[in-house]
Amino acid sequence: MTATGHQASLTHLQRLEAEAIHILREVAAEADKPVMLYSVGKDSAVMLHLAVKAFWPSRPPFPLLHVDTTWKFRAMYEMRERMARELGFDLIVHRNPDALEKGINPFDHGSALHTDIWKTEGLKQALDLHGFDAAFGGARRDEEKSRAKERIFSFRSAQHRWDPKNQRPELWRIYNTRKNPGESIRVFPISNWTELDVWQYIHLENIPIVPLYFSDVRPVVDRDGTLIMVDDDRMPLRPGETPMMKSVRFRTLGCYPLTGAVESTAATLPDIIQEMLLTTTSERQGRMIDHDQAASMEKKKQEGYF
Amino acid sequence: MAHQSDLIATDIEAYLKAHETKSLLRFLTCGSVDDGKSTLIGRLLYDSKMIFEDQLAALESDSRRVGTQGGEIDFALLVDGLAAEREQGITIDVAYRFFSTDRRKFIVADTPGHEQYTRNMVTGASTADAAVILIDARRGVLTQTRRHAYLVHLLGIRHVMLAVNKMDLVDWSQAVFDDITAEFTSFAGKIGLPAFTAIPMSALRGDNVAERGSAPDWHEGPTLLSWLEAAPVGDDAVARPFRMPVQWVNRPNLDFRGFSGLVAAGSVRPGDPLRVSPSGRESRVRQVFVGTEDVPEALAGQSVTLTLEGEIDISRGDVLAASDAPVSVADQFEATVVWMDEAPMLPGRPYLLKLGTRTVAASITEPKHRVNVNTLEHLAAKRLDLNEIGVCNISTEMPVAFEPYAESRDLGGFILIDRMSNRTVGAGMIHFALRRSQNVHWQALDVDRAARATLKGHRGRVIWFTGLSGSGKSTIANMVEKKLHAMGRHTYLLDGDNVRHGLNRDLGFTDEDRVENIRRVAEVAKLMADAGLIVLVSFISPFRAERALARSLMPEGDFVEVFVDTPLAVAEARDVKGLYAKARAGELKNFTGIDSPYEAPETPEIRIDTTALSPEAAAEHVTAWMEGELDYTI
Ligand SMILES: Nc1nc2c(ncn2[C@@H]2O[C@H](COP(=O)(O)OP(=O)(O)OP(=O)(O)O)[C@@H](O)[C@H]2O)c(=O)[nH]1
Ligand SMILES: [Mg+2]
Repeated sequence: MTATGHQASLTHLQRLEAEAIHILREVAAEADKPVMLYSVGKDSAVMLHLAVKAFWPSRPPFPLLHVDTTWKFRAMYEMRERMARELGFDLIVHRNPDALEKGINPFDHGSALHTDIWKTEGLKQALDLHGFDAAFGGARRDEEKSRAKERIFSFRSAQHRWDPKNQRPELWRIYNTRKNPGESIRVFPISNWTELDVWQYIHLENIPIVPLYFSDVRPVVDRDGTLIMVDDDRMPLRPGETPMMKSVRFRTLGCYPLTGAVESTAATLPDIIQEMLLTTTSERQGRMIDHDQAASMEKKKQEGYF
Repeated sequence: MAHQSDLIATDIEAYLKAHETKSLLRFLTCGSVDDGKSTLIGRLLYDSKMIFEDQLAALESDSRRVGTQGGEIDFALLVDGLAAEREQGITIDVAYRFFSTDRRKFIVADTPGHEQYTRNMVTGASTADAAVILIDARRGVLTQTRRHAYLVHLLGIRHVMLAVNKMDLVDWSQAVFDDITAEFTSFAGKIGLPAFTAIPMSALRGDNVAERGSAPDWHEGPTLLSWLEAAPVGDDAVARPFRMPVQWVNRPNLDFRGFSGLVAAGSVRPGDPLRVSPSGRESRVRQVFVGTEDVPEALAGQSVTLTLEGEIDISRGDVLAASDAPVSVADQFEATVVWMDEAPMLPGRPYLLKLGTRTVAASITEPKHRVNVNTLEHLAAKRLDLNEIGVCNISTEMPVAFEPYAESRDLGGFILIDRMSNRTVGAGMIHFALRRSQNVHWQALDVDRAARATLKGHRGRVIWFTGLSGSGKSTIANMVEKKLHAMGRHTYLLDGDNVRHGLNRDLGFTDEDRVENIRRVAEVAKLMADAGLIVLVSFISPFRAERALARSLMPEGDFVEVFVDTPLAVAEARDVKGLYAKARAGELKNFTGIDSPYEAPETPEIRIDTTALSPEAAAEHVTAWMEGELDYTI
């Protein structure tokens, strides 16, 4: 985001970009072993782009970590490989070996257990295994009401627990990155971005995103009012169920059996933004894991979910 | 998120163009408990259509379950996002929420009113350009209203709105509004708060929030939202001289050496002459990068990477500044400190101070005064407790580049970190540097440590005995000294009881005095070791932090901590001086082990278990360890 012409003050996106880059550099300068969590979604795409900018012409001084569940959309795996290659990042893929061995999946084990074992446990394993002391995440405060309460530098105990009632003061642009033995930090450089900011930035900066965000005719089944895409043949169809071809897209990406599609014809970024601005439901509604119980995100985070 | 703008539906590209250039205002809501801060934010989000259907449905069901409005919508629940907050109906930590109008984007920090959570309010206020101070019309100006107004002013927020809320509960009485405004005006005058705007409001009903609603016409001022849209954004930084704290040195290869950071003030162009502080070296800007682009100019608020002419030594923590208006450098300041930790601020205790991108060791003098936020009286204080605000002198172990906080949040605001717990324990705002530090320079002496050591035949060092009263420290230290002396070493024994009769006779046994006691002894021991002596220090020295300070004064390896480990029961049973009996009888206050804590060393060089070793054997052990482990060569 360079200033256009002679400009007396910065636009909101320039301020947000500058803040995110400042945070990325602060961690690079002070953490022993940082890592960037890469989920392949749009927020990750923005984080990756910011990381390239923050350290250019150097390569970002940390690897990418993808905590894989083996159930992501195929297009996400393709994107992951492409981005790591093109941007020159080291990519670490972690799959929880226990989950792999037990064949944990959303159909037989339910969304809660699936997410807990693959994502929450998988993430803790990966961080412990590599000894990462600071991990960047692409969470935003506008996503959910307990996220809105979280600091940019958010501390986790040795058991990866978040204690929302005991957060460190965080003043100005000064971040206290000192931690006790065993503690680690989750750092959220785009905390203050909204969904609209993310889309507009992707638009202005031409950031590559997974094509699933754009509408296309895709095979879907209707599961209790949610459109689920049949992305591969592991998806068990119910008796008499046949996939319908519908023009759909995704507002958020995760494990394909747990991510609802919306019917849409939005095929360009302005179309997507227009649709988002006119919509009446929130982005997280497409995620099945948040509905499980009230205050579920706060509880998950206390247990070590990002 | 159905924005009002019709352009969204008709011409999205045009809408995006307009949205792209919107400015950003950060503000906070503050005031006393239950004045309606969270309700106001919930209402603002609702009125600016930031609430989706699924969120609204959740809000309605939450309102019935845990709401405070008898089943009607409780807007605070949109913002109070933690389970504990919803259960108790109060805000505990700051929430950051976002909304935009056709004119501007907003980030609002909804802060807690409870005094207990003041540090979270300060967190929210530190990044705000504007503040909305709420008052419950039925209760008027309260202590917390004053505390928050005072903090808003301390943190340098210049645009302030006074929202007299819950007017629906006082029948929109103009007299009530006028009385409250008058009382607040008088307080604002006393703290030097600049002009503020007052409005009567009902956050719950949304009157005077986004729309006038049923607000009566005796009030002619703006609605809250129109005031927020018009408040100037904090961009006066651009007009000031260039400053940038260096965050990170960018060295991809031998041909590129860039200095990355966020421009704190001014602007920067290729060719600009710069001065590096504290070193004072000068250079010129070669290129300015924003991200991957080489640009002609960058402004305050942007993250940049600069390359400079020539090879000069610059590292993280240095400040680059316009060479015709360089920043000041000092190692002693006067500052206002807001204390944010349960453990009190103790004068003399070493903390870490982080200012800009530099972290240094620092200590704080006894507060000059503490402020009673209600009356603004200056009170005498020996320490600062949680949520107290005081004016103190700070000294840093090395000079740092700074500006007064009134001129720069980035170069005048600092945090204090406890070295043991790593918590952020305080926040400070620099007033000015103290003259003596700007003028007094360290005198470099020709006869140095090495020269003195050569003459003595060994290096000086400190052997620090710590343990409970009556644990046997003095007995053992005394024997060790005799043995070393017999071996021809130059020694000196500093004993707690003796030093308390002279150098430290003004000190008692409170936590503050214990810290100062050890600080002085550590400094004296350091001077003696510098002079070439082996200094044996025998002090209870109950706190880890002060022993760490003593260690930090000495070169690595020249500080030997000896933990004389005698269990309390054993020391008390011996009670050589009869002190434990007195302490138990309540005749001696603050006695270590009884009503004052002893923090045992975690990794002492030597630990002596006095229940297993005789004093003679212990002394032999220490002496042998030293002769074996320590390198006596010079
Ligand atoms: N009648 C009326 N009630 C209000 C108004 N504003 C807030 N309330 C009620 O006052 C109570 C406290 O409101 P909150 O918004 O939680 O207060 P707060 O200032 O955020 O409180 P803390 O964050 O805990 O300090 C709730 O029951 C609100 O519904 C108002 O304008 N009129
Ligand atoms: Mg509140």
